[in-house]
Amino acid sequence: MTVKHLSLSVLAVALMGLFGAQAPAQAQSGPLRIEITEGVIEPLPFAVPDFVDEGGAGEYARNIARVIAADLSGTGLFREIPREAHISRVSSFDSSIAYEDWKAINAQAVITGAVTVSGGRIVVKFRLFDVFSGQQLGEGLQFAGTPETWRRMAHKVADAAYSRITGEGGYFDSRVVFVSESGPKNNRLKRLAVMDYDGANVQYLTDSSSIVLAPRFSPSGDRILYTSYQTGFPRITLMDVGSLRTQTLAEQQGTMTFAPRFSPDGGRVVFSLERGGNSDLYMLTLGSGNLVQLTNAPSIETAPSFSPDGSQIVFESDRSGTQQLYVMGANGGEARRISAGQGRYSTPVWSPRGDMIAFTKQHQGRFHIGVMRTDGSEERLLTASFLDEGPTWAPNGRVIMFTRETSGAGGQAALYSVDISGRNLRQIPTEGAASDPAWSPLLP
Amino acid sequence: MSLLPKALLVVAAFGLAACNNPDRFGAGGAGGAGGAGGGMGGGFVDTTGLGDPNDPRSIAYFNQRVGDRVLFPVDQHTLTEEGRQTLSGQAQWLMTNSSYAVIIEGHADEQGTREYNLSLGARRAASVQNYLISQGVPANRMRTVSYGKERPIEVCSSEACYAQNRRAVTVLSMGAGM
Repeated sequence: MTVKHLSLSVLAVALMGLFGAQAPAQAQSGPLRIEITEGVIEPLPFAVPDFVDEGGAGEYARNIARVIAADLSGTGLFREIPREAHISRVSSFDSSIAYEDWKAINAQAVITGAVTVSGGRIVVKFRLFDVFSGQQLGEGLQFAGTPETWRRMAHKVADAAYSRITGEGGYFDSRVVFVSESGPKNNRLKRLAVMDYDGANVQYLTDSSSIVLAPRFSPSGDRILYTSYQTGFPRITLMDVGSLRTQTLAEQQGTMTFAPRFSPDGGRVVFSLERGGNSDLYMLTLGSGNLVQLTNAPSIETAPSFSPDGSQIVFESDRSGTQQLYVMGANGGEARRISAGQGRYSTPVWSPRGDMIAFTKQHQGRFHIGVMRTDGSEERLLTASFLDEGPTWAPNGRVIMFTRETSGAGGQAALYSVDISGRNLRQIPTEGAASDPAWSPLLP
Repeated sequence: MSLLPKALLVVAAFGLAACNNPDRFGAGGAGGAGGAGGGMGGGFVDTTGLGDPNDPRSIAYFNQRVGDRVLFPVDQHTLTEEGRQTLSGQAQWLMTNSSYAVIIEGHADEQGTREYNLSLGARRAASVQNYLISQGVPANRMRTVSYGKERPIEVCSSEACYAQNRRAVTVLSMGAGM
C-alpha cells in the first residue's frame, strides 16, 4: 500500500504583532475571563463573523472562521452566537468595530479576521475584541503558510483567543497519533494514523499487515514510539515522522518489549521488557544504545510515564496483588505507591503541567478515566463505561483523550475527550474505529 | 450506494490479511476448526496442510486430539489440573515428533488494559513453557509470545467468551531448534 505522507513541519508560521497594542490588555486583566478551574461554567458567548477576503481568499475566509468557532465551542467553555443573529457586518479588517451591535446580541467576545491568498501563500490575521469593556484584547496577530495548512492557521487563531480569555495555554494546533482499526473483533486490523486534534487531516503511517499498539509522540513531535508485531513478536519501534523510516529498539531474542514512552528531553525511552513471563521496566538511551534495568521484581511492571521535569517515573505494578500506581526516581530504585482507592489502577500518565496523573481504573466491572494529584490525593473519576482506557493529555493539561470500546460481538473502539473537571465528554470523529490516542505537543 | 462494493472491499481486506499477516494465530483457529492457518514469523510454517486428524503425527492430530490450548481463570496464569493434563499430552507428542518447534501464544480476555494484558499473556505463555520444559521438552524448541487482548477467538462480552479467550495456544512449526 502507499502511505500518504505530509510532514508535520510543512510550514514555517510567521507570528508577528500587526498593530501597536492600543489597549495593552493582558489575559489576566479585564472582565473577559474564564476561570477553567471554577466549578460550573456558563459558556461564554462569542461571535466569529466570516473573515474578510483581502484577495484570493475564496472559501477560506468562511472556512477559517468556522474552524475557529468549532475549536472554541468544542471546549464547552464558549458558545457561538450564530451568524444569522449578527447585526453588524464586518467588511473591512481595519474598520472600527460596532460594539453596540455585538452587545445587543450578547456577544462578549468577537473575533474578526482577514485572509489573503496569493502566490501559493495564505496569510491570516485576526483581532479579538472584548465587547463589554469596549476594547481589543491583546494585539492583532498574523499567521502565514501554504494554503493547505489553512486549518492550522485557524487553530492558531483559536489557540490565541482561548489563551487570552482563559489564561491557559492552547491545544488546538496539535496532532494526535492513534491506531486506526478495521475488521471484526476476532480479526482486527490495526494501523498507525495521525490526525489533527479534531479528527481532520488523517494520514496513515503504516499498513495493517501487523498489529501496532499504543503509539507515543516524542516531545518535539518528530518521532513516534509504538509497539509492533512486524517481527512476529511485540517490539518497541521508533518511527521518524518525516521519512516514515522505522527502527526496532532493544531487540533481544526471547524477550518481548512494549509500552514505550519518551523522556521529556526525547533522548531516552522507558518501556517494559518481558523475559520468561516477567515484565520489568527498562531505560534505553537512544544515542548510545545503553540499556538500564529500572525495576527488578517478579510482578508486572508496565505503562511507565515520565514527570515533565524528567526526574520521576510513574508506572503500574501488581506487586501488591492488584494493579496499582507507583512513583520512582527516573533511575529506578525505591518506588512509593500513590493509588489508594478501591479497584485496579493502570496506564498512569503524568500531566504536561506536572500537577496531575491521569489513569485508567477498573472497579466493580466498570472502567474509568480519572485524575489524581501526583501524591495520589484528590482522586477524581471523569468517565465510566464498559471499557475506557489509555488517557493522553492535551498539551495544556486541561483535556484528556482516551479509548472507549463498546461491548459485545460488534464492539468497537472510538476516541473520546473529556476535560479534567469531567465535563464536555465528546467523541472525536474518525473514519472508522480508533484506539490508543496520544497527543502531540503544541505545534511550533 | 449499494452495500456490495463495501462488502467486497472488506473481503479483499481480509484476503490481504491472510496473505501478509505475519502474526500467528492458534493454528486450529477457534475450537481447532481450521480457519486462519498458522504462520510463523519466518514463513517456514505449513499453513495449509495440517494433515489428517487421524494420523497421530499430523498437526491436526496435535491441535484437535492432544489439544493445542489450555485455559486460565480470570487474571490467573497458574495451570489448572485440566491444563496440566493437556500439556502432559503435548509434551509427550513433542518428544515423539521432535522435528517440530513451537511458539506458545499467551492471550487475555478484554477485561483489562492493553499493557497489563500483554504482560498477563506473557505470564500464561511462560507457565506453559515451564511446564513443557518440566516434562522434558527442550527449551530451545520453544518460544513464547503474548497477544494480550488483541486476538480474541470468541467475541461476546460475557464469561462464556472470556473463558475461551484466556488461553495459551501451542502452535507447531517445522524446524526444531530455531
